[in-house]
Amino acid sequence: MYQYDTYDQSIVDSRVEEFRDQVQRRLSGEITEDQFKPLRLMNGLYLQLHAYMLRVAVPYGTLSGTQMHMLAHVARKYDRGYGHFTTRQNIQYNWIKLDEAPDILAELAKVEMHAIQTSGNCIRNISSDQFAGAAADEVADPCPWAELLRQWSTFHPEFTYLPRKFKIAVIAADEDRAAMRLHDIGIQLLRRDGQLGAKIFVGGGMGRTPMIGPEIKDFVTADDLMSYLEACLRVYNRYGRRDNIYKARIKILIHEIGATEYARQVEEEFTHVKTLGIDPPLAELERISAFFAPPAFDADAPDTLDRSDPDFAVWVDQNVRPHKQPGYAIVTISLKPTEGIPGDASADQIDVMADLGARYSFDELRVTHAQNIVLPHVRKADLYAVWQALDAAGLATANLDLIGDIIACPGLDYCALANARSIPVAQKIANRFADLQRQRDLGELKLKISGCINACGHHHAGHIGILGVDKKGIENYQLSLGGSGAEDASIAKITGPGFDEDGIVDAVETVTNVYLERREAGERFLDTYRRVGMEPFKVALYG
Amino acid sequence: MTDSPLRFRDDAPHEEPAVTLDAFLGQTNATAVRIEPGDDVRALLPHLGQLALIEVAFPAFRDGRGYSAARILREAGYTGELRAEGDVLVDQILPMRRCGFDSFAPRTEIDSATLKASLSRYEHVYQGAADGAVPVWKLRHGQSRP
Repeated sequence: MYQYDTYDQSIVDSRVEEFRDQVQRRLSGEITEDQFKPLRLMNGLYLQLHAYMLRVAVPYGTLSGTQMHMLAHVARKYDRGYGHFTTRQNIQYNWIKLDEAPDILAELAKVEMHAIQTSGNCIRNISSDQFAGAAADEVADPCPWAELLRQWSTFHPEFTYLPRKFKIAVIAADEDRAAMRLHDIGIQLLRRDGQLGAKIFVGGGMGRTPMIGPEIKDFVTADDLMSYLEACLRVYNRYGRRDNIYKARIKILIHEIGATEYARQVEEEFTHVKTLGIDPPLAELERISAFFAPPAFDADAPDTLDRSDPDFAVWVDQNVRPHKQPGYAIVTISLKPTEGIPGDASADQIDVMADLGARYSFDELRVTHAQNIVLPHVRKADLYAVWQALDAAGLATANLDLIGDIIACPGLDYCALANARSIPVAQKIANRFADLQRQRDLGELKLKISGCINACGHHHAGHIGILGVDKKGIENYQLSLGGSGAEDASIAKITGPGFDEDGIVDAVETVTNVYLERREAGERFLDTYRRVGMEPFKVALYG
Repeated sequence: MTDSPLRFRDDAPHEEPAVTLDAFLGQTNATAVRIEPGDDVRALLPHLGQLALIEVAFPAFRDGRGYSAARILREAGYTGELRAEGDVLVDQILPMRRCGFDSFAPRTEIDSATLKASLSRYEHVYQGAADGAVPVWKLRHGQSRP
């Protein structure tokens, strides 16, 4: 994975110093909270219900064992012993003190980590496919491109005060494992006549008005990419709405002027920007790509697996995916134990995962947008040892992509924006479906819960989505069906009137029963819903 | 005024007041114009030769349209004074300088020590902009000049 040179390190170190100075000026009263707010947001520091929350960046979800150990250390030293992995592949700490935040950033900088632009109306963490470099279906590793874009977007002076936040995802396969179509800019690498380039989608997003990003440009080469994105962002910065924060994302601009007109404006700006010489030479992408060369796989690694331990076999079937290299496999560690909080891990658990990454996965780990952790390059011969270590640490829940693998935002328990609690609902649902055999029978079922209309739990993209709302002071939960964040992207549809906290759990069970009654061979819940439509589910729910 | 910490030019400050964009486009002899966030700064491109001062308004610091306006003007070859006026806070001056602003008229006073520290803090930049700073990708590949 990427390693900083002296330039990268100098930039991050300067940022730490700058932030320390800004915090000092805030604490001394030299600047007001209103003036300080955008500055702290650009370093990922939110003021939440109980304390400051710090969102640390995990660029394109990739980190080393050493960096993972640092995340555990931060949890232990500066927080309450745990961290929360997010739907943008970052990590959040909920109990941070303002005067300690600069020290945290200083410690992170020592291991090439930061919290730059994880909040604020700027370009956020570039996300990517958690199976990058390991999946057989990718045309190239998307991570070098994501790193190139990370550098381009970091402290970009023109795009520091955009109308709203800006999220970019890069993938390199037809299968979309990163919800790319639901990003402000989604980039898919592909080959055309042997040349590697990118297809650009602009205007996807969740939130109050979910939209699937339309294709804006069918092919951009690596040496045009930066100019092209610069043009995309400049048009947005100039013409995105600033009158209403709920209408300020780029998806609204594209919806209002149309994708064709937006593409035309971008093309015009791109023709101009291209003359400025801001694109790095291919040699820079090559320099970065060298850090992402395949690890030293053992060509003789045995490809067979001893499945005689039945619990191990269950876990392999559910959480382990094929690797492009024979003898290796991709492991997903579920952070969704039945009794736990989706996406949370204790400092001890983070240390266990760090050690496993260092020892068994060529010192590399990934954070997924479904709030799980991936060990991308594990020898099949080591899977049993990995599973035993995970099991001992409470990290061996075998529910990847099953109904128990819930994506949930922190909700009203933590977040000042929330209308309803999402964590207790997630836990009640997980409990209702605790029987793993039952989960496996239901099959792939992506259930996503948001505690407010901002949709940080991605409920619009859930096969089953739940939105918590405040109805006259009482928490109410809307159920929606048929969303997908994969390459078959779709927005979930609301079933009808909402339910209270117990009612929504029953409602989820009701719709899964409809699926079981109606499904045909090979159909997932999503497929059955798409075939039979909303009506049978509505009838079962409401009579 | 020439050695004001908020003016980064060697020439004498321009005396003529800035007119609105509409007024400027209707007049043939104005040499200073003021751009509001919603104005299309490209309307000035045919007239850059006659302009000595372009003032870009920042009614609210969160409205970042002026950053694009500044870069567009510098990219078109404008070499006159480019001033950021209004809700300009010390932490915005660095990105504004990078976008091509070379003078500042903030609504509230800016501490010069804080400003000096801010402007000298970053030795390197990641991307090319309007200030001629050499992005690190150039330094990595043997180019030390913009």
